[in-house]
Formats: sequence, structure tokens, C-alpha cells
Amino acid sequence: MTMLSRRSLFAAAAMAALAWGAGPAQAQDTIKLGALATLEGAFAVMGQDGMRAVKLALQQHDYMAGGKKIELIEGSSDASPDSAIRAAKKLVEQDKVDILVGPLSGSEGLAVKDYAKEHPDVTFVNGTSAAQDTTLRDPAENFFRFTTDGAQWQAGLGEYAYKEKGYEKVVLIAEDYSFPYTLALGFMKDFCELGGKVVDKFWVPIGNKDYSSIVYSIPEDIDAIYVALGGADAVNFLSQYEQAGGNKPMIAGSITVDQTVLGTKGKRRDQVIGTPSAGPIADAWDDPDWQAFVQAYREAFPDGFPTPSLFAHGYYVSTKALLESLDAVEGDLSDNHAKLREYMSTHEFDTPTGKIHLDENRQAVADIFLTEVAENEKGELYNKVVKIIPQVNQTLGMDREAFLALGAVGRDNPECRE
Amino acid sequence: MASISEERDRLARATAAGAAAHTAGPERERLRLPYGWGYLPLGLFLLVFPLFAGEFWAMQIGAYTLILGIVALSLMFLAGFGGMVSLAQMTVAGCAGYFFAIFGHSSVEAISLGWSAWLSMPLSLLVATAFATMVGLLASRTEGIYTIMITLAIAVAFFYFTRQNYELFNGYNGFAQIAPPAFFGLDWRDPTLFYYLCLAVALVCYAAVVYLRRSTFGLSVQALRDNQRRMRALGYHVAGHQVAAYATAGFMAALGGLLLVWLNGRISPGTIGVGPVIDILIIAVLGGLRHPIGPFLGALAFVLLDSFAIDLIERERFNTVIGLCFLAVVLFSPDGLLGLWARARDALARSGRPRS
Amino acid sequence: MADVARDPVLDRQPLAPRPLPLTRRQLRVGGAVLAAVLAAAVFCLGLVAGWWQLTGQDKRFIATVLNGLTLGALYFLVASGFTLVFGLMRNVNLAHGSLYLAGAYIGWSVADVTGSWFAGVVAGFLSMALAGLVLQLVVFRRMEGQDLRQTLVTIGISIVLADLMLWQWGGQTYQFIAPDWIDGTVRLPLVGMGYSSYRLILLLAAAVIGVALWLFLNRTKVGTMIRAGVDDRDMLAASGVNVQRIFCIVFAVGAGLAGFAGVVGATALSIAPGEDVRYLLASLVVVIVGGMGSVAGAAVGAVLIGLAEQLGLVYSPTYGVVYTFLIMVGVLVWRPQGLLGRRG
Repeated sequence: MTMLSRRSLFAAAAMAALAWGAGPAQAQDTIKLGALATLEGAFAVMGQDGMRAVKLALQQHDYMAGGKKIELIEGSSDASPDSAIRAAKKLVEQDKVDILVGPLSGSEGLAVKDYAKEHPDVTFVNGTSAAQDTTLRDPAENFFRFTTDGAQWQAGLGEYAYKEKGYEKVVLIAEDYSFPYTLALGFMKDFCELGGKVVDKFWVPIGNKDYSSIVYSIPEDIDAIYVALGGADAVNFLSQYEQAGGNKPMIAGSITVDQTVLGTKGKRRDQVIGTPSAGPIADAWDDPDWQAFVQAYREAFPDGFPTPSLFAHGYYVSTKALLESLDAVEGDLSDNHAKLREYMSTHEFDTPTGKIHLDENRQAVADIFLTEVAENEKGELYNKVVKIIPQVNQTLGMDREAFLALGAVGRDNPECRE
Repeated sequence: MASISEERDRLARATAAGAAAHTAGPERERLRLPYGWGYLPLGLFLLVFPLFAGEFWAMQIGAYTLILGIVALSLMFLAGFGGMVSLAQMTVAGCAGYFFAIFGHSSVEAISLGWSAWLSMPLSLLVATAFATMVGLLASRTEGIYTIMITLAIAVAFFYFTRQNYELFNGYNGFAQIAPPAFFGLDWRDPTLFYYLCLAVALVCYAAVVYLRRSTFGLSVQALRDNQRRMRALGYHVAGHQVAAYATAGFMAALGGLLLVWLNGRISPGTIGVGPVIDILIIAVLGGLRHPIGPFLGALAFVLLDSFAIDLIERERFNTVIGLCFLAVVLFSPDGLLGLWARARDALARSGRPRS
Repeated sequence: MADVARDPVLDRQPLAPRPLPLTRRQLRVGGAVLAAVLAAAVFCLGLVAGWWQLTGQDKRFIATVLNGLTLGALYFLVASGFTLVFGLMRNVNLAHGSLYLAGAYIGWSVADVTGSWFAGVVAGFLSMALAGLVLQLVVFRRMEGQDLRQTLVTIGISIVLADLMLWQWGGQTYQFIAPDWIDGTVRLPLVGMGYSSYRLILLLAAAVIGVALWLFLNRTKVGTMIRAGVDDRDMLAASGVNVQRIFCIVFAVGAGLAGFAGVVGATALSIAPGEDVRYLLASLVVVIVGGMGSVAGAAVGAVLIGLAEQLGLVYSPTYGVVYTFLIMVGVLVWRPQGLLGRRG
């Protein structure tokens, strides 16, 4: 790289910055939509899929809503809350977006929700972040979540495991942070109420790839293992458990048998067949709306995943609900988006995965899919839909006060050992 | 008094000779920067900048640049003067931010003690400085290039610890809703005011480094960088000086850390992860390690790239761009952007007259 | 920086062969190995004779120790190259983790195309050996003796490499499909529990490579030169040896070992972004603990860190990751030059 090009790079950056700083006044017939996803770092693949979905929803609306042109401005984070806040601030304060869609991960969502309170004039629509407290405790008036949280994702799984699969004693293995705690709550609420026992919990440090010692700690007198690990780690756990001679079946968290894991090459994949799981999507659902969504996704993005990921689904649902609302209120953003917010809070929306509506904390009530891993005729693994749990709300059917009284999730909450 | 000034002169001479030997690369002439009135336009610009810039420019570009610059300045002080490249400076900054959240107010009421800012501020600075001193004690057990490895290991260990510990550091989630204290009855969250606060702290740190460079302590540290053995023979307590340098730099980094936690309003393990730790090194090297203005230049370049790269290139490849910039600077311009600037000016001056 | 002041004539007796320090070191390592073997023998004897019965807890402990050893074996493969390169060239190669990850990715791609795991292993080694050679010839040769600048360059390289690998291979996880006869389960005799046969082979391979490295360094002419270079680079150059060629060989072997470790390590675990930093840190801690520049030190450090990590993970998972760093701090306080290192 020559000296000239280095200098000109910085000069270009500085000039671009100034140009943007003195950008033209916002035209009245355009709505600026910011989309924030993890386009960098290890989560980049998921962030890109989320961004595809935003574009798909916009394409289907011809980049128009409520008679106004929609201008999309992208923002990127690396999955850390700090970077999410920086990107959100740039979109809101510099690019002057009217509405922000995002972010992708739980801790980012909590941070953006806090930030939303500082900007009551901007409407924030969640991407796929699934932390409970983003909407459950201390919610922001202008933060709307059309997707479900981690605990909702696991609705019905505990009951299915106990009643249909006949599992009574299980151990839990998951990464040691808030998102898996939330998933565990969703599973354990039903499972423990019915009389099931989670005899031990193995919280492993984030990023740990070696489960070879932990698998020897798994007692032999259990019925199944509840695994709520993310992509890479689940694959590792499976192979190491098998090598240690383990043969107990799995119950999986929503993130465990996602596209990444089902697509993983290697002989271990056979091990996951028959694993029950629950989540906001099921790849191979034969519902026409879902199939139409899959078809549209494939056509628009031939280089994407074979079926849209959980992240594509979340961003799509959020953007679509937003655009429909804008249509309904004819793009009226006056009085701090009052009409838009009123409409989003009170109406029911059709999505590829059934109807959704928001509760009083602007949190989605939606259908959850109970699935079991199966192999299709082509030898590919997929999540076969066993059952649809209709209209799961954030308090999992409990009274709000009673649910809040359970306290924040953690390593030891909830608990039902013996 | 005479003996002190004599000693200082001697050290200054030794350092000037040593600097030439120590720093690598072919072009080692003294960096000539404008002085005195030359800084006036820059100073004026820095003062009026937030008045016409918007909220985003004052906070996310201006204040953020100054804060990263302060932390990078602490690294420049250690590395440029003392030859100790510590990767733990962001960790020290994070330590100050964390303890401010723990002693003061935050969203995590179960942990935060809710003490007055007049107490939590100095206490968090103290804790962070003590932490930096301990890092220094460990790092000074070995010499030279070991420092970079040991401090990297310490930085990562602290990052892991904060992520796993829920009792004190609130683990993965960290702390949110941390506001700057309302001292002097002003709302320091106001972008313009906050910018001036950062500017003031940055100026104090800058002046301190400029002063330290010519002080007996600063000269001894520079002499240590150049020849430890000789200094030991002269009766200097080598480790003592190094640890003192770590403590001084640690205090500076801690100031930056407090400002950072006020700017973001939050702190979590991600704030002090491997990425941010390396970013500080990139900023310091990008700007140049030989003059205290370097880290601020580096920070400005970094923040501009970080904020606007997504509008210019595909954001996914940001790390490649920043990595290549860093490599280019290390390979071709060891004095960073400062060196480039000096060279460009020299070239301009030379082009006026015939080549010798 | 410190090298400038080093005086080869005053510091060393140039003609004395210095057999004592080496012997002492060998004694120490040998003693440790012997003690471990004896303990294992007594343990097995006890099992055969039926002096004690194994409970589930015991089996877990044995498995954890075995895992600690195999993880240590992997760390040794990565760290031995790192320590050799440092010992000879004073080059702290902070891109070493990137070499590990790049070797794993390239090995995976080759194995995927050819369908042969062994081709992947070979590709991992060769590609990184070549990369090491290029790095040494194109980059590091130009800045010899400038420790800091070299280290900064390696940081830059690691940032760019990590991003390019993310570009090429994406964020998904890859797993190798090792041949069935390697990758299975063995019933451990006496103990009576299943254990990964691949990990046992990994342990064996690391031991073989360790011995091979030792033989290479101690019994070949090039190895002797390398050791001489580690002890005193200037003297080696002065004695008319082509130092550049030695540097190239060491860098290629060191980088190749990292690439090799990438493939065999990823077969036991998996390949994903971020592993580069993990193995770089492991290498750093291992060589700081074991002593920079010492291959035997790398072995001791690797086993210690591997054991600490696994035992921590099982018996105290919350702070397990921090323990390895505590060991490092302890060693720095007690023996700053590392367990088997010599004062520079």
C-alpha cells in the first residue's frame, strides 16, 4: 500500500464524514429506516441473514409504506452491547432515522432498550434479541418487540418431554450467561411443575469447546439431557458425549438444532435425530404462508441458507409488521409517531408463522413450534413440526405479578433438583 | 538544587542518544511539530467545535476520540517513554468504570452501593490505579517483549473474570444506566458539556505527559528504556521506576475509563474484551508513539473509520481495513500518522529547493 | 534491547561445553516423568490386585486427568513452535494462533475435496510451514532485532488473517471426519470406562513429535545450530553459519506445527472463529509458565495448563478459565524466567 493511498483513505473517510454531517434536510415524503444487525465478528453470518430479511420485507413492499418512500440505512455491531449502542447512536443521531429495526442479540437488546428511552421521538422495533427484561421489566415506551423471548421459545417443551417422551430426570448443560438461563426457565417451568427433576446443571464458560471432562460428570441414572448450547458447542458436546460412551437422548434448546447445527458436516449429526425442541420457527412446516416465505427468501437470496434462519425470520416479521402499520396509518409520524405506535400496540398481524399481537409491554404473543429432528428422503436433517403451541405470552400463561415474583433468571433460578 | 538539574541534564543527554539507538527504522530524525502559537488554531477549533457540531459529532466523534486518546496516551507514555508495551491499559480503564458502577448508581441495584459521586469517583480511580500498580509489579518481573505477552494475558484473565463473576461484576450483563455525576449543579450528560469535560481531562493528561517527559522521573524512565543495565549500575531502582510509571499511566487510563463509562452509560465484559484491548494498541501505534499528540490523532482516525466505514466499504471487512492500515503504519511509517505528516512537510519543504 | 548489553565473552566461558545446566534440566524433567510413570504403575497394579475399587467419582477424575493430558498434548504442539521461534529469533509471534486456525481451515478444505483426513493433516502442516517461510523471508528478515516492531507486525497480521478467514469460511462450525479406526471409543482396560481413542492417539502423537523434536534439536547438526542460536545468536552468526537458513527452518517447522495442531486439534474439538485467540493465549501462558525458548518447558507448561483447565472446568466451572492465569502469575512471582527457562 502506498503512502498516497493510505492518506487518501483517511481523507476520504474524513470528507465522507463531513458530507454526511452536513447532509440535506430530511424530505417529508421519505421515511428513514435504520436496520441494525451483527455484520461483523463471529455472529456475522446471522446478522447478514437478518439483514437479508429486512431487505426482503422492503422489496415486497417496493420500498414504499404509507405512501412514502422508505430509505434503508444499515448499521453494524459485533454483538457486544457497546458496539450496538454506538451503531444505534450513529443511525439515530447522525443518519437521523425515524425508525430503527434491531438488534440481533440479547444483551444488545437490553442496551438498545435503555438507549430508546433517551430518544422518545424515534420508534425502535426489535430484530431478534430475545432477553426477557428487554420488555418484561422496566420496558421502554417506544421499544416494540414482534418476536418472542427465550423463555417463550421453549413453551411446551417441558410438558412434551415429561408426558410424551416420558423423561423424568434430566441434567442441563448450557453456556453460562443470561440467554441460556432464560431458555432454561422456559423449559423448566412446565417440566418441574409436572414433577420432573433437573438433577444437575452444568454451566460452562462461554467459548468453551471442550466438554470431554464434563460428559463424565453426567450421571447414568437420568432419562435425558437438556442441551441449550449454541452452534459450535453443541456439535462438540455431542461428539464428546458419544465418545465417552454416553447414550442418553437429548432435549434441545431453540439455538441448539438451528441451521448451523443441522447443516454441520460429520457423522455426529445422526445423534440429533429424534431430539425434541421448541422455537419460534420450524424449517419444514408445510403451512402455505411459511412455504411462501421460504420460497420468496430463496428466490431473493440464492446465496442464503436453504431455509431462512431464526434471525431472518425475526427481522422479517418485525419489518413486515412495521411496514403494514405504516401503511395503515398512511405514514403519519407526527406527534412522536403516536398513530403508528397505537396501531402496532393494538392490532394483530399475520406472519409466516401465524398471528401475533403485542401485550401491554409491547411484547409479542405468538405461536411456538414444538419440533423433533427428523431426516427427510434426501438424507437432510430438519425440524419436523410435532405440535403448535398457540399464542404463547411472555409470562408463559402465568399471572404477571406471580411471574415477576419468580425473580430474575440466573444460575440457580429456577431450580428443581430432588 | 544544582545537583538535581545537573542530573537532569545528564539524563536528558543520555536519553537523546538512547532514543536514536532505541527506536527502529531508517528515519530517526527528531519529530518537528509546531509549537507555541502554532497550536492556536487547533485549540480554537477544539473549543468551538461542539458549538456548531451536532450531538452525534460532539459525543460519538469528539468525546469518544478524546477518551480513546486518553487511554491510548497512557499506553504511549508507557511504551514511548518506558519501552513497556502494556496491553492492559484498556483493562485498567474498564476497572475504573466497573468500580464507579459498583460504588455509585446503576441499573443493578443489588450490587451498586449508591455512594455519592464525590466518594465513588476517587475510590474507583484509586482501585484502578492500584490494579495498574499490580500489573506493573508483575510485568516488571521480566523485561522487554515479555511485557506485551504478560499484559495481554492479564487483560484476558480480567475479561474472563468479569464475565464469570456475578457477585461483584454482574457477569455477562454488566452494568447499565450509569450517569455522570451532577457536579457543580450541571447536567454532564449534555453533549456539549460532556465534550468540554473530556477536552479538559485530555488537556490535563496531555500537559502531564509533556511535563513528565522533561521531569527527572520521566527522564529516568526513558533512560531505563534505553539501557536498563547502565541505569542499574548507576544505582537506580529499575523495578521501582517501572512500577511508578505503570501507576502513573494507570491513573490516566482510569480517568479515561470513567469518561468512557459515562459516555456509554454502561459497562460489560465486552467493553474490555480482546478487541478493545488491541484497539488501544492500534490507536497508539497508528498515531505515533513519540509525541503525546499521536494517540489523539490515532484515536481520531480510528473513530472516523469505525463510525463511517459502513458508508464507504462493506462493513464486514472493517477489520481487514483497520488491520492493513495498522500493518502499513508499522511497516512503512514507524512514527505513525505523526511521522507521515512530518515527512510530508519535509518533502514539501525540500521540493522548494534543489536536492542535496 | 537487552541483547545490546549482553557480553558474550564475559557472560560465558566460550570453550566450556556447559554440560551441567542441560543435565540438571534433563534430570528435572526425567525425574518428573519417572515419578508420573511410577505413580501410574502403582495405580494400575492396585487395580489389578484389587486393592481399590473405582467409583463414578474416581472415573470422572481419571477421565479429567486424561483429558488434561490430551489437551496439554495439543497445547504442546501449538506452543513448541511458538517457543522455538521466540528462543531463536526473539520474535513473539502473536499471529501464531492465526496459523493454528488457518492450518485447520485449509486442512479441512483439503480433506473435504480429497476425502482423506490424512491429506488434510499434511495440508495443514505444509500450508502453514510455507506461510511461516514466507513470513520470515518477506517480513521478519527486514526487521531483525526490532522485537517490538516484529510483534506489532504479527498483531496486524493476525487481525487481517482472522477477518480474511471469516470471509472465506464464514462463521459456521466445521468438524473433521477422521477415519473410523482412529475416531472411536476404547474401553480403557482396568478402569472400565469408555474413552475417545482419538484423544489417546493425539497424546501418543504429541509424545512422538516431542521426542522427534528433542532428537532433531539434540542429535542433528541443524538442531545443534538452532540450540547454539537460542543460547547466543551473535556467536552463531560469527561462527560462519548461515543464520538466515536456520531461521527459515525454525520458522517453517514452528508454523507447520501450529498448522498440524490446527487439524488434529480441530478433529478432537471443532473449527470456529475465535479459536485463534484461544490458542494464542494458551501458547502465551504455556511458554510463560514453562520458560520461553525451551521445548521441554513448553511440554511441562502445556501439561500443567491442560490439567488446570480441565480440572477447573469439572470441579469449579465458574472460575475454571481464570486458574490458568493464576498459575501464570504464580510462576512469574516465583520464577520470572519460567519453570525450565534460563535467565536471559
